[in-house]
Amino acid sequence: MIFGVILAGGIGSRMGNVEKPKQYLNLGGKPVIVHTVEKFFVNDAFDKIIILCPDSWVNHTKNLMKKYLHGDEKIVVIEGGSTRNETIMNSIQYIDENFGVDDDTIIVTHDAVRPFVTHRILNENIAAAKEYGACDTVVSAADTIVQRTEEGTMIADIPDRSRMCQGQTPQSFKAAKIRDLYNSLTAEEKETLPDACRICVLKGEPVYLVEGEVFNMKITYPYDLQVAETLVKGEY
Amino acid sequence: MLNTVYRLTAPRRFEVQFNDIDLFGEQIVVRPTYLSICNADQRYYQGKRAPEVLKKKLPMALIHEGIGEVVYDPKGEFKPGDNVVMIPNTPVEKDDMIAENYLRSSKFRGSGFDGFMQDNVALDRDRVLLLPEGINQKVAAFTEIISVSVHALRRFDEIAHKRRNRIGIWGDGNLGYITSLLCKSMFPDTEIFVFGVHEEKLEDFSFVDGTCLVDKIPEDFSMDHAIECVGGEGSQSAIQQIIDYINPEGTISILGVSEYPVPVETRMILEKGLRMFGSSRSGRADFEKTIDIYKKNPEVVEYLSNIVGAVVKVRTVKDMTKAFEMDIHKSYGKTIMKWEK
Repeated sequence: MIFGVILAGGIGSRMGNVEKPKQYLNLGGKPVIVHTVEKFFVNDAFDKIIILCPDSWVNHTKNLMKKYLHGDEKIVVIEGGSTRNETIMNSIQYIDENFGVDDDTIIVTHDAVRPFVTHRILNENIAAAKEYGACDTVVSAADTIVQRTEEGTMIADIPDRSRMCQGQTPQSFKAAKIRDLYNSLTAEEKETLPDACRICVLKGEPVYLVEGEVFNMKITYPYDLQVAETLVKGEY
Repeated sequence: MLNTVYRLTAPRRFEVQFNDIDLFGEQIVVRPTYLSICNADQRYYQGKRAPEVLKKKLPMALIHEGIGEVVYDPKGEFKPGDNVVMIPNTPVEKDDMIAENYLRSSKFRGSGFDGFMQDNVALDRDRVLLLPEGINQKVAAFTEIISVSVHALRRFDEIAHKRRNRIGIWGDGNLGYITSLLCKSMFPDTEIFVFGVHEEKLEDFSFVDGTCLVDKIPEDFSMDHAIECVGGEGSQSAIQQIIDYINPEGTISILGVSEYPVPVETRMILEKGLRMFGSSRSGRADFEKTIDIYKKNPEVVEYLSNIVGAVVKVRTVKDMTKAFEMDIHKSYGKTIMKWEK
């Protein structure tokens, strides 16, 4: 089975962040998260779409799905974990409890705040996860990447830009594989993980690269939302 | 659902733009799979339309010939993955007398509004037709232009008198090939002669009864009716030759598009009592008839596969430009975009 796993933030107000999470802000008249879920909803490859969000937002997210996606049974909303990877593990636990996890169980994990993801990216993720066990979505780095020294004021290195990429999502995995790899990490290693692909990299497992799109942007800052709004309205 | 649209914003420049598709409205969502480039698309791409036309119509997604697979049907009548042809003509009213493709109110993809160069296309329910299983996808991609020929031939059947011993078709390009093939299929007892300017292209018309270079037509040649598939600068001389060789009371079907007015020898039209009619675009009924021909005459699809030219895999905007540039330099055939956006 193939599952869409929408990561809608595991922190929110628990971390003292009083701002409304970006995935719930309106973009072109609809919450950002609705746009994102719609991309998964119309893709027939997904058997189920699991949205993981902070506990305080679960009911609100359910209401949004009811309002905009007619409460379709294909979509479930559950609570996320304390970190990004714990949230992914929650999704796998949910799958295990309800459907069972086997070698063919694929999860396509995606940021709720990337509503411009395309059908091609989703399909290529599924295909790559099936073939390689894990994949990441990237675009070639447009800017030169500068690595700074530990104290942060000087250049330590300028890596060859032709090999540099910017990571996006989705990141997709064989669910059993990523769970086993994650469980084999030490607590210290788990703390160093910026995202799920790092789990594979730490364990020396190959991760295939799917070509993303520059416009598959992450809406993180108010500026991003303005850019996204402009893109949707076509006023540029 | 946010949808990516690849619009031509200026000659030779495609840009990514977005629209929002209402998933729970009346429309069916189709994901293009194979798209075919037409001369009309090229006129926009190369900026060959009048500046005021370009100013009015751009930005706009091009392409009106294409097939796709159903992504989502809110009513569930079509299943996800169904292989369908998309009908570009989009009527907004019904008329008992006038065909949908001649209603001035009808909109047309890649002309009055966005064509098929999109990640997903939202179409009215009656603008989507199921294709036969196992059909050659690259041929099906240009079903639209085939349906235009079918449309013109159906009208010809209604308009032309019934003596149809011989029909002359002018034009050895894609439209000439398709029209003569369909003409032979729809009127198998009629002798079909094709006239062109390229000897090697004419050799490919092996399914007709005869071909001839336009400067080598025997003086005593005659035909009951004629179809013009030349267009452009060649329109005038083609129509003149047709008038010269056609029998009295014959019917001339005009299909070639010309950007400029074409002088016609009306004296001989009057003297011979000729009928001349134009055809453009097509409607749902013509698409249905075309699909029916695919099913009943598989050899037609086989012949049509001979004019599949370059097949360009399109994953990026750069690939779109590559496909259009390749199409400009092609010597023959239809350029197909395998749409992998």
